Amino acid sequence: MNIFDILGPIMVGPSSSHTAGAVRIGKVARALLGTSPRRAFITLHGSFAATGSGHGTDKALIAGLLGMNPDDMRIPDSEVLAGKAGMEYHFFTKNIRGAHPNTAILQIDDGRERRIHVQASSIGGGRICVNEIDGIQVDFSAESPTLIVNNEDRPGHLAAVTSILAKADINIATLTLNRGKRGGKAIFVAETDLDIPECAVEAIRGVPGVLKVTYLNMNREKN
Amino acid sequence: MPFHSLAEIEKRSREEEKSFFQIILEDDISERKTTKEASMKKMEAMWNAMLDAADSYDPQLRSNSGLVGKDGGKMEAYREQQETLCGPFASLVITQALQMGESNACMKRIVAAPTAGACGVLPAVLIPYHKTYHTETNEILEALYVAAGIGQVIATRAFIAGAAGGCQAEVGTASAMAAGALCSLRGGEPEQISAACGMALKNLLGLVCDPVAGLVEVPCVKRNVIGAMNALASADMALAGIRSAIPTDQVIDAMREVGEKMDVSLRETGMGGLAATPAGQEITRKMKSRKF
Repeated sequence: MNIFDILGPIMVGPSSSHTAGAVRIGKVARALLGTSPRRAFITLHGSFAATGSGHGTDKALIAGLLGMNPDDMRIPDSEVLAGKAGMEYHFFTKNIRGAHPNTAILQIDDGRERRIHVQASSIGGGRICVNEIDGIQVDFSAESPTLIVNNEDRPGHLAAVTSILAKADINIATLTLNRGKRGGKAIFVAETDLDIPECAVEAIRGVPGVLKVTYLNMNREKN
Repeated sequence: MPFHSLAEIEKRSREEEKSFFQIILEDDISERKTTKEASMKKMEAMWNAMLDAADSYDPQLRSNSGLVGKDGGKMEAYREQQETLCGPFASLVITQALQMGESNACMKRIVAAPTAGACGVLPAVLIPYHKTYHTETNEILEALYVAAGIGQVIATRAFIAGAAGGCQAEVGTASAMAAGALCSLRGGEPEQISAACGMALKNLLGLVCDPVAGLVEVPCVKRNVIGAMNALASADMALAGIRSAIPTDQVIDAMREVGEKMDVSLRETGMGGLAATPAGQEITRKMKSRKF
């Protein structure tokens, strides 16, 4: 925690958890889709469902899906901007068992073949935690550079990917591995200290058995 | 590593013959592996964002819920039309605190300090001070480092979130930060800065977080006013040579203990205090029936 976690961030109000964090959830979901969403089905749970309307949580999630940052002054107008951008959205509320009080599920697609199902929580101070991607549990904050690799659940993929990172001199800070069912699809998430060069990301895409690679560096535009 | 106590900052300041602000600045440079210029530039961006937020206050705006808005405009008109009880400077502080709190509730851009709910306190003392005394930007930036350093100690030793420790943790911390910043602007010694901070925090000890309908509106906007006014009084007391009988670090520890003992209904859940009053519940009921 540095002094600019105390004095800052610069953000659109009223709440770091219900507004700033919600923008980040939307933005991470957009990055995970890898393109501009055309349709969004958004389910709110707990305090997001109960007080989200008054906190502008809905506007904030839409703003994030449109690619805005938490300090974007257009956040209050995001519903209108979604209309202009041709993004359709629907809100639902639901009690998600065992979820953090500020949790949202975003099912988004690009109107064609790309779609993604993301569950994430806003855990305070504008920080978030992504809990689930396409039915597979994950746990990352998207604060440091984050590599998300969808792969077939077979031996050797992880070693191939980490060796590519090692060659690029990228130190892994955290690494988690999860799968839907044995021999099915798996996801591993690596949070790294440094920005991963595009050529390394491309090399990982080329590893046999790797189905999809998403690389998030939310700080790149922030600083 | 962030400082764990104000005593530590005071000690370093004494030993190295540096001001409170310098100690915090140097720590930021080493902590974030940055340069003095880059750090100061970032702090200046925070200050400019506060000034922009103050300039962009819209007295016509109301929040999404319709619960707050327009009061900053009323206060401004009142202080311009007649002599206020608090006097010219303090009434400016009240006005600025209301306006910043309302801007936050109305989804305008603000600087969390330390949180969005308490974002009005620090600018409410610094902006009127800057305008009244034509302070150089550098001095304001120094005061902001002092404020941030204080907030960091409180966050490390206790908490700064209403959900964790009630409003004493949010507006209380903001008030302590503002009191320290004011002392710094008046050339106060580190001991005085620390005393101002301790007195400000003591005065708001036990303040609960009871937002009506769970929104950062009632009573949050007006609590920014009491945070700012308390900072003024605490800074003046410290500058007069008055000391806190309980050392500031121990006040912070007490704040933590009080927050931990606070019932969960009084920690940002919108279930107790003002939120649980008949009027509060009526507002909550109306808000819940609103569809997305």
